[in-house]
Amino acid sequence: MKIKCFAIVGLLFFVSSSMTAQTNVVVEKVRQKLALVNDYVAEGVMKTDVSFIKASLGKVKVYYKKPNLIKVKKDGGISLLPKGGVSITMNSLLNTNQYIAIASGKQVYQGKNLEVYKLVPTDDQLEWVISTLWIDPVESLVYKTFTTTKENGSFEITMEYGAYANYGLPSKIIFGFNTKDYKLPNGITLEFGDEAPVSKEKAKKNKKGTIEITYTKYTINKGVSNASF
Amino acid sequence: MSIIKVDSLCKNFGSLEAVKDLSFDVNEGQIFGFLGQNGSGKSTTIRMLLSLIHPTSGHIEIFGQDITAQRNQIAKKMGAIIERPDLYPYLTAKEHLQLFAKLSQKKISASQIEHTLQQVGLSNRALDKAQTFSLGMKQRLGIAIALVHQPELVILDEPTNGLDPQGIADIRHLIKDLAQKEGKTVLVSSHLLTEIEQMAHQILIIHQGKKIALGPTATLLDPSKSLMKLSTNNDVLAKEKISQSEFAPYVLDREEGIYLSIPTEKIAALHQYIVTAELPIVSLEAKRSLEDYFLQITSQSN
Amino acid sequence: MWSIIQIELYKIYKRPRTYIAFGAIAALIWVIQMGLKIDGEAYAAFLMKDINNTLIVDGKVLNGYLICYILLQLLLVHVPLLVALIAADMLSGEANLGTLRLLFTTPYSRTQWVLAKFIAASIYTILLLIWLAALALFLSMYIFGTDDLFLMKSNYVVLIESQDVFWRYVGAFVFASFSLLTVTALGFLMSSLANNSIGPIVATISAIVFFTILSTLNIPLFNVVKPYLFTTHMNNWKEFFDIQVTENNEAITGSILNIQKIKTSLLVLSIHIVLFVGASVVIMKKKDVLS
Repeated sequence: MKIKCFAIVGLLFFVSSSMTAQTNVVVEKVRQKLALVNDYVAEGVMKTDVSFIKASLGKVKVYYKKPNLIKVKKDGGISLLPKGGVSITMNSLLNTNQYIAIASGKQVYQGKNLEVYKLVPTDDQLEWVISTLWIDPVESLVYKTFTTTKENGSFEITMEYGAYANYGLPSKIIFGFNTKDYKLPNGITLEFGDEAPVSKEKAKKNKKGTIEITYTKYTINKGVSNASF
Repeated sequence: MSIIKVDSLCKNFGSLEAVKDLSFDVNEGQIFGFLGQNGSGKSTTIRMLLSLIHPTSGHIEIFGQDITAQRNQIAKKMGAIIERPDLYPYLTAKEHLQLFAKLSQKKISASQIEHTLQQVGLSNRALDKAQTFSLGMKQRLGIAIALVHQPELVILDEPTNGLDPQGIADIRHLIKDLAQKEGKTVLVSSHLLTEIEQMAHQILIIHQGKKIALGPTATLLDPSKSLMKLSTNNDVLAKEKISQSEFAPYVLDREEGIYLSIPTEKIAALHQYIVTAELPIVSLEAKRSLEDYFLQITSQSN
Repeated sequence: MWSIIQIELYKIYKRPRTYIAFGAIAALIWVIQMGLKIDGEAYAAFLMKDINNTLIVDGKVLNGYLICYILLQLLLVHVPLLVALIAADMLSGEANLGTLRLLFTTPYSRTQWVLAKFIAASIYTILLLIWLAALALFLSMYIFGTDDLFLMKSNYVVLIESQDVFWRYVGAFVFASFSLLTVTALGFLMSSLANNSIGPIVATISAIVFFTILSTLNIPLFNVVKPYLFTTHMNNWKEFFDIQVTENNEAITGSILNIQKIKTSLLVLSIHIVLFVGASVVIMKKKDVLS
């Protein structure tokens, strides 16, 4: 009986470690692709879609530097970014080996056959708890991630690729996040009389918020000063 | 020529009849004394002349023009001080005159403004604010405002209020000069007969809104004449008969009763005429003077 | 007519009371600006408590444009009281002094005088508003700089790009001038009814307070009359700072959410101005000047 038990445990260990080794190949390919990028400055247009926020499209610059420095700056204005969400990019997830990748099946997403992997951090100090990646194994590109963080909730990031796909850099990135209720008392805003919200806002109340950046240009590996962050 | 023509003027404030059927004329170049006790209706009448109060009925013509239709044209040729001198405390005497000179729509030179200040004895205080002025000085400045645009008709309502004896004398001389030297017509009101009699050519006395007496000062206050009051059972008949007699020139224009200002030596003849003409007489009283009469009337109401 | 307007302006200029409102506005603005300069971040953090749960707001939120908005919110409720000090004294103050009768004996009609005085009071009101704009907008822009306007309303947030803000303030100040002119006209009407200074000032302020309370209370009975009250419309300058969004929730730069509301408010305020001034003219024409 004891021998049987050891045999089952040993078999399971063998299977799981062999699966990890296989899946790591796909994730590792993605990691290696991303590792080509030491830094970049990307120019793009940001759109904020949160039910309680009315904001217009704004030009942004995104600065990245290995291992995990990232900054989104609006061109001379105020930018709204999901709390903690921006720092957890593909590069920051994969630029260390401090994770275990577990294959979680396959899924057709936007007409592409993607493989789904769950990443669990091996370092307790990391900000994220678990992340799911939807990867195109042929192109070694991540099309979607869903990351749960310790302090800032869950974020969904979807990506589209274009001219910079060779570097694993998206042409469009959409941050999806859960929003909490927003309400300021009338006594503070000094808004009395008519109820201000428009029906459209109310309808959207429970929708998730998204922030979408469409990149027009990347300047890759030309050096970015630390002062930019 | 009549500068002011008032016809059947009435003013009611609710049930109070402030002015009752008042008629009079003011001739060009005259100083017209407007006499009456405080609250007799003088100021109400003057305010109607100045279009500050709308008459309940009656008609006013000034310079031959209807006051309602031609008010702005008439106002250009008029200057007035009404009851008390009301000024802007934050403006100087000179600024007041500059302001009202501009409002007159006439071109008034700086020297004219200086001259007017001199006329009222305020040259040395020209640059002082009105809030620093005594009542007498305010009164002088009020008169200066009325005169600054060289009006043809000056209406002065109680101009000597608050003035000391010297000030009163100065203003009296000023008013006389306005008429005699500058040919202006002046309507001046007062509750003091002594003040009016020293300068007015013509006097109108009103009491409780009604005309009591109107006539030349010389006639009304002539010491050689006696004032006789004739009381009858039929005033209309009596007036008609007297007006056809030799005593017609002595009959005074009064609203009530029949009054005659008659030479003392003719009193006996008057008695005889009353008997001969069989006037329905009740009494014939002798009044010593207009002042007595005025005091009597005013004391009755008091 | 122009000469009597000039004279009225001259008198306003010479009157010490004129400068109380200018001084009060300068003092209030200075105090608020200094407070926000020293401790503004804490104030902004308090306002953004809810937003910061979800989002990071990066940039100079507490810039001159937001400061101006905060100042206008606070001051445009109270400036009418300062306007009343002058407007409600224009006729009754002169009646009280006795100078009204001097004016009414000049070769100008009462209608001309009333209109000249209203125009002079209006010019004063506009100058007060320009003073307010200079201090609240331009001085705040100088002290705090400019950036996008991040506006936290009761139920949502509006982010207006910096280049899309200034014209909105121009519009808001033009609108505010109509609001304050309505107060000027109301003060003027009260002034035509009395012969002393204090009564009309107190009556005007009381009317503003009373109608403002009616306008802000959300009670069905009051809701019937609300659309006709000038106080309901006076604060609609804020509509310049709300923006239309597309189907995709993209704010449309240069747009105003509810321009019809602004037009309606301007119409209601204008009607009030005409009625108040018209009534003043009729009252003064018929009035016996007894003061």
